[in-house]
Amino acid sequence: MATETLETTPGMSRLTGPARAGALRRWWQPHRIVLVLVATVLVVLMITTMRWDWLPKYSDRLLLGAWRTVWLLALSVVIGFLFAVPLGFVQVTGPKFLAWPARGFCTLIRGTPLLLQLWLLYFGLGSLFPHMPAIRHSFLWDYLRLSWPYGLLALTLSFAGYEGEVMRGAFAGVPRGELEAARAFGMGRFTTLRRIWLPRAFYRALPTLGGEVIMQLKSTPLVATITVVDVYGVIAQVRQDTYLVYSPLIFLAFVYMCLTGVLVLLVRLLESRMPVRGA
Amino acid sequence: MGIDWHLLALSPPGWGGMLLRGLATTLEVSGGGYVVGLLIGIAGAVGKLYGGPVSRDLWECYTTAVRAIPELVLIVLIYYAGTDAVNRVMAVFGHQAVDINGLVAGIFVIAVVQGAYSTEVLRGAMKAVPFGEIEAARAFGMSSGQMLRRITLPAMLPHAIPGLANLWLIATKDTALLAVIGFTELTLATREAGGATKAYFTFFCAAGLLYLMVTLVSNQLFGIIERRARRGQPGM
Repeated sequence: MATETLETTPGMSRLTGPARAGALRRWWQPHRIVLVLVATVLVVLMITTMRWDWLPKYSDRLLLGAWRTVWLLALSVVIGFLFAVPLGFVQVTGPKFLAWPARGFCTLIRGTPLLLQLWLLYFGLGSLFPHMPAIRHSFLWDYLRLSWPYGLLALTLSFAGYEGEVMRGAFAGVPRGELEAARAFGMGRFTTLRRIWLPRAFYRALPTLGGEVIMQLKSTPLVATITVVDVYGVIAQVRQDTYLVYSPLIFLAFVYMCLTGVLVLLVRLLESRMPVRGA
Repeated sequence: MGIDWHLLALSPPGWGGMLLRGLATTLEVSGGGYVVGLLIGIAGAVGKLYGGPVSRDLWECYTTAVRAIPELVLIVLIYYAGTDAVNRVMAVFGHQAVDINGLVAGIFVIAVVQGAYSTEVLRGAMKAVPFGEIEAARAFGMSSGQMLRRITLPAMLPHAIPGLANLWLIATKDTALLAVIGFTELTLATREAGGATKAYFTFFCAAGLLYLMVTLVSNQLFGIIERRARRGQPGM
């Protein structure tokens, strides 16, 4: 849902040559030139009238924070998706004792706010662990004392829950005829899953997946509430140090818009490489 | 470790009453924000579909920006920048700075976020209304306001309800983000209760159950509404 209208000129990037030039000319209608001019004036006003002297001082930390955001996003999406595939699969075809817990998990994750899940893990589990000697003396303790593992865990579980539901629909939507054809070819159950069911379900889920990854990016700043210093956390620090109201937050919004833009481009690139004909 | 049920008692030694008050605030804010967001959404959908080129582009900017920026950032931005702007305007007119009512600010913030999403949902649903019905309404000589009220809105409702149901659930969960700006709704009330008693686990589980109940009850209600909106249509 989020990807399709993020582009202002649909499909322009896929056109080439004269067609592209025509689309560009159509985009530059007179009212758009005025709007762009107004926007430019606003941006120039923002740059000249607001205080930006904090920016060079915090630039290292901001870069590190942005890097942490990207890294949290990538890890939670990859691990979450690995969980989501079995979660969706057992809901479609698994035995009841697997399907019901999977459905319960998805409902639970989708039915409660991420902030609550995050705080439950960090404050709830985090306050229980120190009382367990077995955990205190294991190698895990080095990580469990930090805050980012809880953030990563909450983000991963959340992505797995939402994406498990998407994968359930994708698995259920693969035409039965294709699975029957695979059986007719003499493929075993696992071969069918690996060669037909999983790839077909993945292609079906791909457009939704792109939107979900962008949603996930928008969830990452929540980890700043449990003291993980991502780009939001750095800006929160700037606001505390300088008492500025507008400029740090506007800059933060700009950073996230850039990150979203890059993600949209990546998703579009991935989609154009996928054989989606007839999906 | 056992759960100390006395902590969840409704009267003051227990914190159950505080959680329920938090739940009531959550429902108030998300309900208010949802309704105002719907109004913004109707305006936005009409503006995007039937508006002039400038209004189309402006609505596009609004929906794109809101959907590209994290809700948490938007909420903090709108809350602090919004209250600051209101106070500056008050100062220009010679009034003293006011403390903005948290409830109103919360509703406003949620409404701005919801408005962008409901614009898209309603736009899609309005596009699904067969053009012949709109032509027929024009042929009957209805004004555009009448057409919206009598034809477009009722006819698009069955298409819009699944998306709107989703938006309501997002609204109830987005109010949790108001905890970050210190607004005591369910999530922050839970954290305060947990902080005072150190029984974080108990309280967060209880709050999770409350949110889950809201979700499940809402799903049932929207199911009923959808069946009613689809009455007389061939089965899906």
